[in-house]
Amino acid sequence: MQKQLLLGDEAIAQAALDAGISGMYAYPGTPSTEIMEYVQASPQAVRNKVHREWSSNEKTAVEAALGMSYAGKRALVAMKHVGLNVAADAFINSAVTGVNGGLVVVSADDPSMHSSQNEQDSRFYGRFAMVPVLEPRNQQEAYDMIFEAFNLSEKYRLPVLFRITTRLAHSRAAVTGRVSRAQNAIRLPSNPRQFVLLPAIARKQYRALTSVYETLRTDSILAGYNRLSAGKGRGTGIITCGIAYNYLMENITDNRNDYHLLSLAAYPPDPRQVAELVGRCDQVLVLEEGYPIIEEQLRGLLDRDVKVLGRMDGTVPRDGELNPSIVAAALGMDATIGKDVPPVVRQRPPSFCKGCGHADVYAALAEVMDEFGPGRVFSDIGCYTLGALPPYNMVNSCVDMGASVTMAVGASDAGLSPAVAVIGDSTFTHSGMTGLLDAVIKDSPVTLIISDNSTTGMTGGQKSQATDRIESICLGLGVSRGHLRVIIPLRKNHEENKAVLREELKHNGLSVILARRECIQTASRNKKAETAEKNKTGE
Amino acid sequence: MKCDIILAGVGGQGILTIAATIGLAAVEANLFLKQSEVHGMSQRGGDVQSHLRLSDREIHSDLIPHGKADLIISVEPMEALRYLPWLSPEGWVVTSSVPFINIPDYPDTSALMAELEKTANSVVLDADSIAKNLGSSRSGNMVILGAASSFITMPFETIENAVRKLFSRKGEEVVGLNIQALRAGRAAAGK
Repeated sequence: MQKQLLLGDEAIAQAALDAGISGMYAYPGTPSTEIMEYVQASPQAVRNKVHREWSSNEKTAVEAALGMSYAGKRALVAMKHVGLNVAADAFINSAVTGVNGGLVVVSADDPSMHSSQNEQDSRFYGRFAMVPVLEPRNQQEAYDMIFEAFNLSEKYRLPVLFRITTRLAHSRAAVTGRVSRAQNAIRLPSNPRQFVLLPAIARKQYRALTSVYETLRTDSILAGYNRLSAGKGRGTGIITCGIAYNYLMENITDNRNDYHLLSLAAYPPDPRQVAELVGRCDQVLVLEEGYPIIEEQLRGLLDRDVKVLGRMDGTVPRDGELNPSIVAAALGMDATIGKDVPPVVRQRPPSFCKGCGHADVYAALAEVMDEFGPGRVFSDIGCYTLGALPPYNMVNSCVDMGASVTMAVGASDAGLSPAVAVIGDSTFTHSGMTGLLDAVIKDSPVTLIISDNSTTGMTGGQKSQATDRIESICLGLGVSRGHLRVIIPLRKNHEENKAVLREELKHNGLSVILARRECIQTASRNKKAETAEKNKTGE
Repeated sequence: MKCDIILAGVGGQGILTIAATIGLAAVEANLFLKQSEVHGMSQRGGDVQSHLRLSDREIHSDLIPHGKADLIISVEPMEALRYLPWLSPEGWVVTSSVPFINIPDYPDTSALMAELEKTANSVVLDADSIAKNLGSSRSGNMVILGAASSFITMPFETIENAVRKLFSRKGEEVVGLNIQALRAGRAAAGK
């Protein structure tokens, strides 16, 4: 098989195609987006008729994948870590139902919050749901592990959680593929009640799940990924999780045989392997990307059986992404460092693209809000959150997908009126619609601005489920026709748009303002593609 | 042999094209490669960087340790300076002198040039003018890559072939312009 240069995300996608998935389900989110984008662009996926449409959100993605699994076929789901919160109901219960066709859920964590609101660790969800968790160390292992993930899923009839972080997701390396295998045929679950979680059935299945989880600790596939190697003398033993292994090796390549090492990439780990390592050493350093999950388990409540070094005692910083220099310091090595950044270098935060419609929305809103008072603009997750930065300084909240609508509702319930919510089109159909229904029922004095750029912009311009549907969704939910206004956020419409905003802010009830102008990034890309198409047909 | 490179620029300036070219060349040269990229929020006009590591031995970390980079390739002068903590004492900086000003407190260009001069091993060139003179104002990236090429431990022909391969889809004319830009950059750096 030929080597290909692939991002970690792409290695996962190619592996899932080769492992015989019939469908992939996802909602875009950094750093997971490229998995679905790769599948969508893959001729192999087209040839094999692999389902590859975006889902409305991560919950609908997991549920649809579970449906495909119910029908006996393999499905892959991918999301960013906070997406797993949205999907948690479906995900946790899918461990209780179990699966029929193999089901693998990829959750891409973002330690250091390069593009996120928190740095939660998805491995936590694996323990919570009691399912196997795989955490590849590199791109090749990501590819190979996807095959095993589907094998494990079909062996134990459980969903498998596949945890990666930004660094692996967005780093390229050579990957060798395998011969692809066929998709499963449709096959109903052998137990017709497997997916019926009525309490009497759920109790039985939950009990079975707890016992399977104990078996997983000694599963040979999982144990095969966790490598124990003996070093010299006693001294400090090291446990690494996932890619932390790479940062360790960067520092000890030439003398790795000096160290007692347990390199974990599959959970739950076998306690016997951990005991063997601990028995050989005076103390154990735990290097893991994300939360101190293994470290906390090793310390236990009393923290007195083993001397443990890690994030909890400050040997490694408590938060943030690991890197070779942090690991060198944790090992007590002299870290190298170049020159300081000269003071002349300024911060360069992200900003709206030149000509962006969101910017025109905020320019108008900023002037109108001067008349209504500060502190009442609730926003959401997307490019338009950049309205929080100068020169606009307009955004008072950015919490989770859809929270602009509902926080504005709650604030107006408290008497902060009018309250404004600013949400994007894709975020609106992801999680804003249900909040809007709450507002409709109470006729909350909220002005909801849906800044519709007809794409999922922040993640690079994926298809938005909202395109051409927002008016009918709003009207269908019960928004009054007279207070559903459409504006075009352009500089030349500034005064007119301000007038519409002012009118609706004065309305003592719910209004929706649809500010619609295509994302300039996708607009220029589409234009280029059109020209190329024209030139082609012209030839 | 190892060559650790930090690529720097502002989101949207296209440093990933440089990365993709070196990546292709590395595959052809049968080298190990790891290339860490920035996607997502920072791509909207923020500072972006890519860690590119080439070696004839297995590479472990996707990230270059501080103080170990052999080369900083930057398409923007202030961004070149941002990554000095990664540069090894013997390392080189190759950067465009053309500022990308999208913040209100962008420093005085002469102050940036003074800092770059203080960095002993630096090549600073006006990549945009060189590209424009060739009639290919959008090939500034390739000028910078050409200027940096003598510090990348690979034959120049391998990099040229990678440029051919990368742009082949866009037709012979585009390939030709980019090869010209690459060569012009190399020549300018040699002066």
